[in-house]
Amino acid sequence: MDPSAVLKSLNGGVPITWYLTLSAILFALGVAGFIFRRSIITVFMCIELMLNAVNLSFIAFAHQHRQVSGQLFTFFVMVVAAAEAAVGLAIILTVFKNRSTLNIDEIDTLKN
Amino acid sequence: MELFFFSLFAFLAVICGINVVLQHHPISSALSLVGVMGSLAMLYLGLGAEFIAMAQIIVYAGAVMVLFIFVIMLLNAGSETGKGKASWMAHLLGAPGLIALFVLLCLFSTRWFPNSESVKFGDFAGGGAQQIGYALFTDYLLPFEVTSILILIAIIGAIVLARKEID
Repeated sequence: MDPSAVLKSLNGGVPITWYLTLSAILFALGVAGFIFRRSIITVFMCIELMLNAVNLSFIAFAHQHRQVSGQLFTFFVMVVAAAEAAVGLAIILTVFKNRSTLNIDEIDTLKN
Repeated sequence: MELFFFSLFAFLAVICGINVVLQHHPISSALSLVGVMGSLAMLYLGLGAEFIAMAQIIVYAGAVMVLFIFVIMLLNAGSETGKGKASWMAHLLGAPGLIALFVLLCLFSTRWFPNSESVKFGDFAGGGAQQIGYALFTDYLLPFEVTSILILIAIIGAIVLARKEID
């Protein structure tokens, strides 16, 4: 399909699929950071990035179905993410206090 | 108009998302993550979720990220150093798995919504504080109350974990 035809078929709007694709891109970026980064704080931030990506698709679905429920799911995800950030960062503080490292490769007590 | 709005903030979100993964200093990653969250809040506004957009900025970009930056400051976290390389397993399985995951997600989204309607601004106005509050305190009352218990547990857990040991 040539681009101008696509633009015309959009009729000035944006398909829901594009929002879902953006969500997929952000989620994949979060997974990439989770796998390839070694700093425990950055890994934690990548988890937040994945949660945000999922939130975007919830909101897109809410718009598609004209229902407010999807937005409420996002609300609950936000609450859980906030609680998780509080506890997770406290755990990071404790780990740093005991091991004085933030590299997740050096925190391997269960391995040995 | 919608297309321009979406393209602008989607582009910003993807650029900031890539930056989160590529930056070596945690502070740079955190600031990029704030950029992602801000762009997503604007996209939420376009999708008619006004309350969630505001909550996104206040809770995520405000509270959660400030917590992150506090911890980075507190621990004096610098760039990843020394053996800061991911394991060979991550390189071997990570990249192909990542591409597979992305393709799978895109496939599902296009299969389930093959010819979905276009998003136009203002054609769904169900995301105001009034509608959200009404749904939250009628249909979703039990999850809401359970959430309060979850937050209480999180507060207690964070205090227990982060306090000083008293000998």
